[in-house]
Amino acid sequence: MQISKIINLASALTLVGAVAHADAPSRVVSINLCTDQLAMLIADDDQLISVSKLAADPRSSAMAEQAADLIPNSALAEEIYLLDPDLILAGTFSSRATVSMLERLGIPVILFDPAYSLDDVRDRMIQMGDALQQPDRAAELIAEYDASLAAYRAEITERPRAALYYQNGYTSGDSTLAGQILATAGFDNIAEDAGYPYGGFMPLELLALNNPDAIITGTPYPGASRSDEILDHPVVDHLRDRLPQAVFTDRDWVCGTPYVLRAIEDTAQLRRTMTGATE
Amino acid sequence: MKRLFATLVALTALLFFGSLVTGPAGFTPIESIKALLSSDQSPITMVMQEIRLPRAILGLAIGAGLGIAGAAMQGYLRNPLADPGLIGVSASAALGAVLAIQTGFAAAWALGLPISALSGAAAGVLIVMLLSGPQGSTLTLILAGIAVSALAGALTTLVLNLSPNPFAANEIVFWTMGSLADRSMTHVWLAVPFIAVGALIIASTARGLDALTLGEDAAAAMGVRPARIRLALILGTAAIVGAGTAVAGSIGFIGLVVPHILRRFVQARPSALLWASGLGGAAMLLAADIAVRIILPSKDLKLGVLTALVGSPLFLHLIYRTKRQGL
Repeated sequence: MQISKIINLASALTLVGAVAHADAPSRVVSINLCTDQLAMLIADDDQLISVSKLAADPRSSAMAEQAADLIPNSALAEEIYLLDPDLILAGTFSSRATVSMLERLGIPVILFDPAYSLDDVRDRMIQMGDALQQPDRAAELIAEYDASLAAYRAEITERPRAALYYQNGYTSGDSTLAGQILATAGFDNIAEDAGYPYGGFMPLELLALNNPDAIITGTPYPGASRSDEILDHPVVDHLRDRLPQAVFTDRDWVCGTPYVLRAIEDTAQLRRTMTGATE
Repeated sequence: MKRLFATLVALTALLFFGSLVTGPAGFTPIESIKALLSSDQSPITMVMQEIRLPRAILGLAIGAGLGIAGAAMQGYLRNPLADPGLIGVSASAALGAVLAIQTGFAAAWALGLPISALSGAAAGVLIVMLLSGPQGSTLTLILAGIAVSALAGALTTLVLNLSPNPFAANEIVFWTMGSLADRSMTHVWLAVPFIAVGALIIASTARGLDALTLGEDAAAAMGVRPARIRLALILGTAAIVGAGTAVAGSIGFIGLVVPHILRRFVQARPSALLWASGLGGAAMLLAADIAVRIILPSKDLKLGVLTALVGSPLFLHLIYRTKRQGL
């Protein structure tokens, strides 16, 4: 605590934004899985006190270990108020009732739109940097992020056709974050040809007819369900059997954070193996 | 009778073909049939052999099974309101299937799913038959059916809501309304043998059902043992409804509507009504399954929606008539 304060002070003195930094929020609570992860990446030590319960679940969160050290919350107004926060971070689609209640109680709330594209991810990092008054950390992350994206885009020579296929036959098109991850990793998305630019329920027949070179399926959840069954249908199995390795959409695909780079890397690795390209 | 048989066979064959050539992937009937018989690995062959053929076979088998089960139950209980869906047999089968899937029993043993659904169906049909008695008074039959349906439905919903799987809760509608979308040959092998055995067991009661129309005593004088018929009926219905529900959810009203429509063509003879309802049930389910694909191709409209639209008015009409007869 003491040491980090000294470091903070030292960096603050050298920076232009020194005044703003001095009254940066110091008890921040995040109630949305995606703002949780962005906040953990950008916040200063001790600045963030609580994140949502989901953030500690390794199935949905890329930063479960870091989240384990923070207080988990269930996004209920009462428990959050008792944490005595000076800033709440929430998603625009998360718990409207909680958010308006907290606003009525006089606690500042900053809302984050979900990321639908890789550019959105950059915007969210800037927004988070501003919210936490850590713009330099955000800028650092963004510089790395942009460099990695440029490198992925530069290496593509051949674009095989791929399908994203989830439980119940849901697919994601190019106008979604998952679709953008797929495109940046060097695949053309068949959802576009099949008429689902935003995604939707694509019948198994159309998947088979569009005959993608690669198929990337949703991670099976624990506790069996009929919805998962479609991912083991002979048609899907047949498409998967042709691939050198199975790729699943997992926690790295869920949120607009720099972890999408990991999802791109996994998917790009599949493309490299398929096309025989070297890194 | 021969004309009825020929008409029903032709209708069923036509609808089976129709089911094969209907789907969101639009190609001509000739292409479809060619792909069905070819052995290459092209996308059209995959669609025809792995998606549409199992769907059409399941529609045929489950529809036939439900028709036969409905006709047999109505014959035995001498009550036109008996239908596996209405009296809770399908709902109990669905509960058995859901339990098998959620406990992992279905994944651990290939036959776990149909066996479990079959046990659920057997329990359901047993309870209803015990409560309503061999005479099957309309009131007790319907009341017992409502109780069993409600209990099985509630337990199914509870199990699905308790599941850690985020998709499970959305599947309640599948188990209550039924669908044949995206089934595979695996499902055909799971369900069709049970349905065939169930149909054979029920067929063995044909002569006894005919005798029962003369009344319990006359039938006994002819050497018919009602207890044996009842056992065969419970086993046969459980096998048919259990296997069908395990792979396609509960599909109601087919066992009610089809025997009702066909009864006058077979001079109300239960034995003839069995095979006629089998063919008629197959035709009705195939037609419903074609309709859901034409009306809302992208939405996986449930089969139960269509069968209920046809079945419910008829059901109300039957109740009205029963009331007028002072029962």
